[in-house]
Amino acid sequence: MNALALLHAAPTLPCAPFPRRLLSQQDWALLAAHLAAEPGLDLLAMWADPTHIHALFHDPDSADIIPVSTAVEVGLYPALSPARPAAAWFERMIRDLWGHTAADGTDQRPWLDHGHWPATPPLATRPLPNLAAPEPLEFLPFEGEGLHQIAVGPVHAGIIEPGHFRFTCNGETVVRLEIRLGYLHKGTLGLLRGKSPRAAARFAARLSGDSTVAHALAFAHAAEAACAVAAPPRAAHLRAVMAELERLANHLGDIGAIVNDASFPLLQARFAWHREAVLRTAHTCFGHRLMMDAIIPGGCACDLAETGPDAIALLLDTLQTELPGLIRLYDDTASLVDRMQGTGTLTPELAARFAAGGVIGRASARPFDARRIPGYAPYDRLDVTIPQFDHGDVDARVRVRLAELAETTRLLRLLLETLPQGPIALPLPMATAEGIGWSEGFRGDIWHWLRLEGGLITAAFLADPSWRQWPLLEAAIECNIVADFPLCNKSFNCSYSGVDL
Amino acid sequence: MAWRHIARTLLHGPATEPAPPPDASDIGALAARLKSAAFSRLGRSLSLRQVDSGSCNGCELEIQMLGGIVYDLERFGLRFVASPRHADVLLVTGPVTRTMHPALIRTWQATPDPKWVVALGDCAIDGGVFKGSYAISGGIDSALPVDLVIRGCPPTPAAILEGLCTLIEAHARSPLKSR
Ligand code: SF4
Repeated sequence: MNALALLHAAPTLPCAPFPRRLLSQQDWALLAAHLAAEPGLDLLAMWADPTHIHALFHDPDSADIIPVSTAVEVGLYPALSPARPAAAWFERMIRDLWGHTAADGTDQRPWLDHGHWPATPPLATRPLPNLAAPEPLEFLPFEGEGLHQIAVGPVHAGIIEPGHFRFTCNGETVVRLEIRLGYLHKGTLGLLRGKSPRAAARFAARLSGDSTVAHALAFAHAAEAACAVAAPPRAAHLRAVMAELERLANHLGDIGAIVNDASFPLLQARFAWHREAVLRTAHTCFGHRLMMDAIIPGGCACDLAETGPDAIALLLDTLQTELPGLIRLYDDTASLVDRMQGTGTLTPELAARFAAGGVIGRASARPFDARRIPGYAPYDRLDVTIPQFDHGDVDARVRVRLAELAETTRLLRLLLETLPQGPIALPLPMATAEGIGWSEGFRGDIWHWLRLEGGLITAAFLADPSWRQWPLLEAAIECNIVADFPLCNKSFNCSYSGVDL
Repeated sequence: MAWRHIARTLLHGPATEPAPPPDASDIGALAARLKSAAFSRLGRSLSLRQVDSGSCNGCELEIQMLGGIVYDLERFGLRFVASPRHADVLLVTGPVTRTMHPALIRTWQATPDPKWVVALGDCAIDGGVFKGSYAISGGIDSALPVDLVIRGCPPTPAAILEGLCTLIEAHARSPLKSR
């Protein structure tokens, strides 16, 4: 029996649209053992509730999405991190929030909990008052001649989110980067409990502000799946318009930020100008530059403004007129391309081991895109083209973004041409059920899980793609020089707030 | 080639806009006010240090836009600096998470007097939607004395400019407070 057979043979619990498998702890341990021999099965996320551990798998062969759970016994469960390195951060987070320990987990140090919370574990049934003084973070040990450490953060030099980067270097060369996050932990999962999906959507929309549309969408999908309601066709279309505008804005911002870190502000200025144009168009269309709270469970909070289609058409025309010239400028500037190529290379093997999604995966030969998963209206009728590059360096990640700008432009035009008429929202029934929702944000695949009782949320998890991307940044920077870190970091652009929960 | 783009820019004039609709209708007027206030009061540029003490990053996105060619913050004599030791103003976003609390205080302590604190965004004012969470201590005033708040979730770049202008004007009228 292999891991997949084990999963398929397990009894299922109702969870829409993917039934949740329940494994005994022995079978879960067996699953962990099989996973080591079967690198193909992708681990997308892990989370917990007060009694169970949950994991979400993706089988690339059948394209199946498989949630699976096991009961925690005396505070313990068998670890998945020895077989799936991406599980390590999830296991540390699970212990900090729910108090369940992964037996034989590869890393037992705290993750989100830096020792400042009033009661721990905060999401356990009965958290205990935390009376201990916070202890300094413990970093991985290092030994070797001529090594030194550079500590950066949590407060960074730029206008970005806080986190701590600990570089171990040999001269200018980075030997190891260790990333420590958790500074932005706002207790979002706790705030979701006891609220209706409509009320809780505001928190999903603020998990990571740059992906507010994508997270609100995944959250709405999860709530709608649980309630067995589909958003009206017009709402699904409008949501896709918002999601593509968000992708456009972020890719433009990212490309500009990357070239700026290679000291080429001319291009950055143009890309930032186009980004501003997208934000203004979003404001014209939906009344908010980031389109925050425009998506609600059941549909959309607002319809497209009457002037919206023209504003978007003008935006796309302007972008399409200038973009080829900007790409040519990028290609023709040897000193710029030289900084990009061969810098921060992420091998396809490593990207696959971590099931990296989004731009990062697609730049390292992993064409996964959640818009291709069946049941994701209206993309199931749009035939989205997924760009793919194999060289995995900063340049590849820029080129994926450039290619996606073109594809997103095409999708936006198509969406506006085929915009159906009809209502933009439906009420949700007061359900007692579970649901999983997903969306493809500009960073990659987002997964939300909700459990409702009498229409109120009793447990939830919101998985940003950054969980499986941050650790790869640690790997990609190895053997690069410290001065190239900003470049690599911008080309990954992982979310801090999104994983700090 | 780069020269072609530079030539086009020279021909077409700067992209920096005084009054782009819809949300920045008074940037031109604002610019004039800001410039005269900053120069008459300070006689030099004002340095801002941004600190994220728990934001969702939405506020950062809009602050970043200020540096772009559309808003061009530096024309007002305002600029972002990399260290609190070079800053006059701390522009703080987000609720204060309990985990960021010590780092925020240390950043403030590292900022030389006289200094001002601007709480930017609804979260920074009172915790925003995160009010009541176990993981936050509240708005910025739960950690630092706040001189000015800028509302919005997130505030638009125009609203941020407006707020910074208010800060400078207020201090132009009264003697500098030193904390
Ligand atoms: S005010 Fe709004 S945009 Fe700013 S940090 Fe808070 S939730 Fe995010």
